[in-house]
This record gives sequence, structure tokens and C-alpha cells, in this order.
Amino acid sequence: MSANFYYGIEVFLNGMMAGVLYSLVALGFVLIFKASGIFNYAQGVMALFAALTLVGFQNGQIPFSHLINAIFGTNIHHFGWHMPAILAIIFTLMVMVLFAYLVEKFVLKHLVNQEPIILFMATIGLAYFMEGFGDLMWGADIKKLDVGIPQGGNIWLEEKTAFLGGPDFYGFYLDNLDMWATVCAGLLVVSLVLFSQYTKTGRALRAVADDHQAALSVGISLRAIWVIVWSIAGFVALVAGIMWGSKSGVQFSLSLIALKALPVLMLGGFTSIPGAIVGGLIIGVGEKMFEFLIGVPFLGGATENWFAYMLALLFLVFRPQGLFGEKIIERV
Amino acid sequence: MLYREAGDFKTTYAKDQQTFPIAFDRWGYRLTLAFAVLVVPFILNDYWTNAVVLPFLIYAIAAIGLNILTGYCGQVSLGSGGFMAVGAYAAYKLMTGFPDLNIVFVILLSGGITALVGMLFGLPSLRIKGFYLAVATLAAQFFLVWLFNKVPWFYNYSASGQISAPERSLFGFAVTGANAHPATSYLFCLGFVFVLAWAARNLTRGANGRKWMAIRDMDIAAEIIGVDPLKAKLTAFGVSSFYIGIAGALLFAVYLGAAEVGEAFGIEKSFLILFMVIIGGLGSIFGSFAGAAFMILMPVLLKNIMVGQMGWPTDLASHFQFVIVGGLIIIFLIVEPHGLAQLWRLAKEKLRLWPFPH
Repeated sequence: MSANFYYGIEVFLNGMMAGVLYSLVALGFVLIFKASGIFNYAQGVMALFAALTLVGFQNGQIPFSHLINAIFGTNIHHFGWHMPAILAIIFTLMVMVLFAYLVEKFVLKHLVNQEPIILFMATIGLAYFMEGFGDLMWGADIKKLDVGIPQGGNIWLEEKTAFLGGPDFYGFYLDNLDMWATVCAGLLVVSLVLFSQYTKTGRALRAVADDHQAALSVGISLRAIWVIVWSIAGFVALVAGIMWGSKSGVQFSLSLIALKALPVLMLGGFTSIPGAIVGGLIIGVGEKMFEFLIGVPFLGGATENWFAYMLALLFLVFRPQGLFGEKIIERV
Repeated sequence: MLYREAGDFKTTYAKDQQTFPIAFDRWGYRLTLAFAVLVVPFILNDYWTNAVVLPFLIYAIAAIGLNILTGYCGQVSLGSGGFMAVGAYAAYKLMTGFPDLNIVFVILLSGGITALVGMLFGLPSLRIKGFYLAVATLAAQFFLVWLFNKVPWFYNYSASGQISAPERSLFGFAVTGANAHPATSYLFCLGFVFVLAWAARNLTRGANGRKWMAIRDMDIAAEIIGVDPLKAKLTAFGVSSFYIGIAGALLFAVYLGAAEVGEAFGIEKSFLILFMVIIGGLGSIFGSFAGAAFMILMPVLLKNIMVGQMGWPTDLASHFQFVIVGGLIIIFLIVEPHGLAQLWRLAKEKLRLWPFPH
């Protein structure tokens, strides 16, 4: 076997793991879309906000210090302590739950029964708001996030696989972080499935997803469910934020991963959790392989920006509801 | 008793069907137009033209375009930025390829080319609906931006990858390039805005517009009563892209002068135009203008207040701007989901009954 073939496999594996990261973001979308029919554009910014908050807590930054300095002419920035990662994560989770509650109270409650496009626009507004708010609160500089996940290439794997491809091949290069992310995503999905299948709250969630009015009529509080769903989405956003933040630093571009998750959603269907995972894998592998096989040799590279969308677009022409989406039934 | 239709007798069908049935509206419209043509060019200075007036006019065209597609035909599109890029690059290629071609034709032809591209990307809309379509139009956005970045032919192999508009003039006055006077650029854009808005208003209340609205309200029902969805959707995509392409061409040639595709026509532009349409009001030409004015004026105003008056650092001000824009969008959607146009409509209803509302 030639070295190129093994590099192909390496690209494939890396694509799988990138796909898992996409799925992580897509998962948050699906959860909210299922439970409330809202297409939550702010999911990516939620990941950014969660990561910012986590870093802020860890480093003991004073919230809104820039703003306070600008208004009162003071010069404060840090509390001067470092929080252990686990404690910071718990605090961040609390912030995300609070955020979910506030979103329900100030936005969603007032937009019940509006058209989906209006709700979608509201979440774009929310995304803008949070982007500015996060920067105001913690500052806009690029931050390093370290919660103790090992990073860099996995040397053991590289050495053990080097014999496969002859003298030109140095073994599979896989990032430790990506592998951790894969494990975390797997755990997250399993626990979400268990939660929604075997707990009372989970059953209520599924009922709301099925039919809002029927759920209301058997005594399920829609508002409580929404808070729970947005909290879970906040939790998923935190996990995604940790993974992406450790990988490339906590910065504005983190919020753009939401855009990456959209083709995943289209491919998998907006309403299906397995769809988000499978769609993520297909997109991740597809775009890496396309870049490797066609993009770099023939098209000048950087095809990753649009390939996922084109793939999803072509796919949808043949199956408009995505892979696992509910069949669209139209009645007059 | 200013705002009344009582006593305003219509004696012909043409009068009965006119756009502004109330005399007060008619005069308001004529006065605004006269003011815009006869007074504004003489009081404009560089700052106002570049910060407010030109972007307002150009984005108003884009907003009308998107409103035709989203507001009238019900197809949500997030690809406007990409289509504006098509208009801009078409204008650039036409201007450099055919130096003798009149600038008006250049702009119109760029619109035509964009219309063709828009129809191509509109084809999937026959199968894909709702949010799936919105996300599918993102494919257009990212693909087109990538294309203009990667294929050197589009930017004439220039080293920087930028495109810049050569000087072209109309009736002896420079309208593009560095020597263009603010007033001529303004009048040039105003001409396009007037003609296109007039055309859009009449298009949307004619047969085509009714077909679009039928498709928007329920496409299956529309199909049953004899509206061809293929034709209706593709014409909506075509006309909408024509408008957006013209806006892109004007933005590049008249306003920016030089542009780099990822920066000038990125995804933020698509969202900006969508905001204009939603805040202005879906399915309303007036709303497109109102939305464009709102989204252009507000950041300028906020920046002036925070940086100019309160002396904050600019990065802090720009974060605040995000917070305020986002907050305002949410508040707007909660208070009046049908946009500024609906507020205007309500105000007119009130005015008709005033001062005896019962």
C-alpha cells in the first residue's frame, strides 16, 4: 500500500473527529428545535459565551471591567485568584441555566405563536446581543482555554502505526484533543438519549416535541420545559465551547461554528438526534476527503468553506426532509 | 381634516387603482421626491453622503430585492451577500472589459447576470422549503464568495485580489472613481432607487405579484388554482437577484470604489439585509426603505453618541452597539413583528379617524 493511501485514511479519521465536533453543535440546535420549533441561530454564540465565561471564572477576571474602567476611570481587571477547572465549569453551568431562564422570561414568552421566521430572527437578535454582551463582560481579546485535556498529536499511536506505509509514512497523526472530544460527544449523546427515554422530565420533553397543545392539556408546563431545554442546550454549548476553545482559543470565530453546524442539520434532519451525529460524520469526512482528493489538487484549496453546504443542498433536492427528519406531509 | 379619502372622487379606473389613493399621501410622496431631487444634492456634504445617504439608498434597493423574494414570495434567503458580490464582480468585469459601455448599462447588465445566477440557485426551492431552503441559500453565499476569491480571472489577476472601480461618467459628470462629487453619486443612486422602487411597487400589485403572494400563503393551494410554482418561484428569485445585483454593483462601483469579496460581501451582509426587511416589514416596499434607514442610521447614531459624546474607546462602543442592535431587534419583534411598515399602516388608520375615533 502506498503512503498516500494511508494519508487518505488519516484524513478520513480526522474528518470523523471534526464531524463529531460539528455534531456537538448541531445537537444543541436539534434539542431546541424539537422542543420548541425554534431554529436557534444563537447556538454558536452560546458556545462562545460559555467558553468566555469559563475562562473568565478560571482566571478570576472581573466582569465588565472594561466598561467600569471606561465609566469611572478606574483600572481594575482581575480578582487575583485562579479557580480549579471543575469548579469553574459548575459555575459556568449555573450561568447558562440562568441565561436559559432569562431567555424564556424576556424573549420566548413574548413570542409564543409567532411565525417560525420571526422566532428565527429573534434568535439572530439574541446572537448579536450575546456576542456584544460576552465581549463587554469579559473583553474581546483571544483567550487560552485549558481545562486539563491533553493536546497535541498522539505519539503512541503515531509510533505504533508507522510500520504500515513504508519509508514515506510516519504513522497516523491524530490529535489527543479530538479523540477526547469524540469520547465526550459519545458520552453526551448516550446520556441525552438515556435522559429523554428513561426520566420523567425526558418523557415530558418528548411529549412537548410531539405536540405542544396535547402536552399542555395533560399538565406539562411548557415554560418549564423550555427553560430545561435551553439549559441543556447551554450545557451542550459549554461542552462544544470547551472542545473548540481548547483547540483554537476562545475568540469571536468560535461563534461561526454555528454556521458549520447548519449543513449537518440539513443533512441529518432538524428533528433527529441520531441525524445530527450521522450528518456530522458525513459532513466532517466528506469535506476533509473532498479537500484532500479534489480541493487541494484541482481547485486551489479552501473548499471546506462551501463543500458542506453544496453537499447538503444536492442531498436535499433528493430528500427534502434530510436523512432522519420526519416526513413532510403537506395538506391544503 | 387633512387625511381623508372623503370628497376625493375617482372618475376613472386609473385613478381608482392608483398607488396612493389619498390626496395627502400623494402630495407627501411628490414633496419627498422633489425634496430629494431639488434640495438634498445642495446640502449634502462628504460625511453625510458616505456615512448615511449612499448606503441608505443602495441598501434600500437590496432590501426591496430581498423583500420581493422573502416578503412577497415567502422564500427565505440568506444568500444576499453572495448575490451582491455577483453584481459587483459583474460590474467590474464589464467596466474593465468594455471601457466604452455606458455605466447605466453596466449596472443594469450586472443586475441581469445576477438574476441568472439567482435563478440557478433558486432551482432547489422547488423541492426544499422553509428553513431548509434558508440554509441551502447559504450554499450560494459561501460558494460565490469562495469562487470570487479563488479564480483570478474575476479580479483580473490583480496582486491584491481586490477589485477597484475605474472612473466612468454620465453626461460629463464622474459618477464612479475618486473624482465623483457626492451630489452626482447621490443623484445617480437616487435615479436607480426611484425607478426600481416604482417598478417593484407595480410589479408586486400586478399578476406576478399576486402569484408570488399566492405561493407565499400556501404553495399547494396556489398550484391547484393554476399558479405555476416553477415560474412563480423562479421569477421571484430572478427579479429579487436583479435588484440585489444592482445594489451590489452600486455598492462596489459608486460607494466603496474598491472591494475585497470576503470583507465587503460576507455573511454579515446577508443578515444585515434580512434585518432590514424584517424590521421594515415583510411584504412592503415602504418597509424596505424604513428598514434600510433604521439599520443604517442607528449604528451611526450610536457611534456618535458613545464615541463622540461620552468619549468611550471604540472597541467598547462597538460591543455596546452589538448589544443594542441585538436587543432592539428582539424588542421590535416582540412589540411589532410586522415591522415599521405596520406601525405606519396603523398610524394612517388612526389618522383617518382622527379626531373622532368612535
